[in-house]
Amino acid sequence: MLKINDLHARVEDKDILKGINLEVNAGEVHAIMGPNGSGKSTLASVIAGKEEFEVTQGSVVLDGEDLEDDAPEERAHKGIFLSFQYPVEIPGVSVTNFMKTAINESRKARGLEDMPAKEMLKLIREKSEMLEIDRKFLSRSLNEGFSGGEKKRNEIFQMAMLEPRLAILDETDSGLDIDALRIVANGVNKLKSKDNAVVVITHYQRLLEYIVPDFVHVLHNGKIVKSGGKELALELEEKGYDWIKNEAVV
Amino acid sequence: MDLKDKLISSFMAFENNVDIDSPVHDERSEAIKNFEEKGFPTKKEEAWKYTSLNSLQKIDFSIFPKEANALDYKDVKKYFINEIDTYKIVFVDGIYSSFLSETTHDGVDICLMSSALTKPMYKQIIDVYFNKIASKDESLTTLNTAFSREGAYIYIPKSKMPKKPIEIVHFSTGNEASLLLQPRNLIIAEENAELQVIERHQSLTENEVLTNSVTEIFAAKNAIVDYYKVQNDLSTASLVDNTYVNQKDDSVVKVHTFSFGGKLTRNNLNFYQNGEHIDSIMKGVTILGEKQHVDHHTLVHHIQPNCESHQDYKGIYGENATGVFNGKIIVDKIAQKTNAFQQNNNILVSDKATINTKPQLEIFADDVKCSHGCTIGQLDDDALFYLQTRGIPKKEARALMMYAFANNVLESVRIPELKARINKLIAKKLGVNLGFDL
Ligand SMILES: Nc1ncnc2c1ncn2[C@@H]1O[C@H](COP(=O)(O)OP(=O)(O)O)[C@@H](O)[C@H]1O
Ligand SMILES: [Mg+2]
Repeated sequence: MLKINDLHARVEDKDILKGINLEVNAGEVHAIMGPNGSGKSTLASVIAGKEEFEVTQGSVVLDGEDLEDDAPEERAHKGIFLSFQYPVEIPGVSVTNFMKTAINESRKARGLEDMPAKEMLKLIREKSEMLEIDRKFLSRSLNEGFSGGEKKRNEIFQMAMLEPRLAILDETDSGLDIDALRIVANGVNKLKSKDNAVVVITHYQRLLEYIVPDFVHVLHNGKIVKSGGKELALELEEKGYDWIKNEAVV
Repeated sequence: MDLKDKLISSFMAFENNVDIDSPVHDERSEAIKNFEEKGFPTKKEEAWKYTSLNSLQKIDFSIFPKEANALDYKDVKKYFINEIDTYKIVFVDGIYSSFLSETTHDGVDICLMSSALTKPMYKQIIDVYFNKIASKDESLTTLNTAFSREGAYIYIPKSKMPKKPIEIVHFSTGNEASLLLQPRNLIIAEENAELQVIERHQSLTENEVLTNSVTEIFAAKNAIVDYYKVQNDLSTASLVDNTYVNQKDDSVVKVHTFSFGGKLTRNNLNFYQNGEHIDSIMKGVTILGEKQHVDHHTLVHHIQPNCESHQDYKGIYGENATGVFNGKIIVDKIAQKTNAFQQNNNILVSDKATINTKPQLEIFADDVKCSHGCTIGQLDDDALFYLQTRGIPKKEARALMMYAFANNVLESVRIPELKARINKLIAKKLGVNLGFDL
């Protein structure tokens, strides 16, 4: 589904990604771990199409198509979803109307009519109940004054509404207490199928107990320095990242 | 002959033509003298630093309305809030159109200035109110006073409320190559009365139009006036709007100004608080592109203690548009416990657009709360990216953010159909097809 080839990216003349190779197939869960500042969020943003990051070499390919010229919204229409590490506050736009606009714009791109209001309400009710989101919450301005945990839960709500084929979850676990973590993980697992894929970016093994990865990759200094199965996450939890850094130097 | 000379030399003919014995004859004569002395304002004056009337003065405007073109309601229906029933005072090329209007004398007077100025039954009220709050030395106001003849006359007696909102609409049809219009409105809400007014100027052709309008609003004790100005004219239409509001105890007057169109628009909005526990509210949404220019000059004069004023103006400027916000607040020495708030926030969406924003506070009382703030910013790239990753195209994402930015000004619009109309105008102005039912 997703194929990243020798990807190099920079921002403001600073090289951040230095040759990433990664292949994600339908039905798989991948975890990307790594110390702070190693480039995890940058990789997520580049896949989602953030213009601020300049791709200097390599490519991001979805279903055999290079995404180079696609704007972020076009990537979204092709099924890519990014759950932000730091979701942006948008005063004046309610969660509900934001979701309506997002869904109808995606439908428009696929040549479909607007979703009938009734169906939309039903979908919103269903997905917010699944994530145990209070109704009142949905009429509030998007992310404005939300707690860290509320923001993350709201990201997964959006994911549930949009049903992406490739979901990238950037530190969705940070800011979540154990109950919220379970709810969110449960939500993600319900959306999982053999036709879609999830990339989980995290520092900690905790989330991976609920969303069990098929592959774990360690990102360090803009490169994937180690890949393995789910046991690699446990090893990292125990030993920290220093041994990886040292190994990378050697 | 330049425009000033043309106006002055036409004045005699104008007065002979209307009614030399009119009770306002003296007012007109005084006014033309003042205009002759002062002439059109120039950029040398501080209040006109950013708005030039020079190029407009070079146009050879017709200054007397001729026989009006007939308009079919179906052709101009879209300029009315046609989803609801309203009273309508409609002018075509400066001449009252009884065909398009719906006036009333049923308990309230919603009719014509020309009748009020000439019929004896209105004389008493005209003597008390006409030209009593409008400036006697601001040149464009006096120019209007000199030629005052037609406009809307609205009188709401004590504790009355018209059954429906009132629309004042001025159409110009291009029956002259270029036309100068000078409507004069008088709106009186007596004690405990309430009314809603929507005012619109609409040019129907590319022929040049300049409107120099004066509106006097009197709100007696406990009266509520809700006034909406919809400024969405063609790019060959210019407007100078001079509005004067006189408020008595416990009255609330709200003026919303929606500026989306026109070539040059100057809003002089003046509030005088002649009583206590008054609330004066001014809100504006300005969205401009091309080479459009809007200049908002507001004044609130806090004359008595225990009053409030609230100003909230939002501006979005693209392409080569230019904007001005100048908000003056005067708090007299005896006007203790005044609360005066002023906010002007702007977004520039093009490198070539400009905004000049300036609060002007003259505070002589010591126990007052005054706050003011102005901001000029750009749309946040991170927020745009966030919306785009949810499948909302960049153009729509920008529009959504701009709409959200202006949204709190729209919340106070009390006529839902008008609000829906404004939303549509905003979507159109931003070039998107979004519902905005936020
Ligand atoms: N917009 C930016 N401008 C400049 N430097 C940036 C920007 N975004 C990220 N960086 C830098 O890129 C590096 C990687 O950041 P990031 O991808 O956020 O790491 P991670 O998510 O792994 O913690 C860091 O050194 C960070 O300071
Ligand atoms: Mg990060």
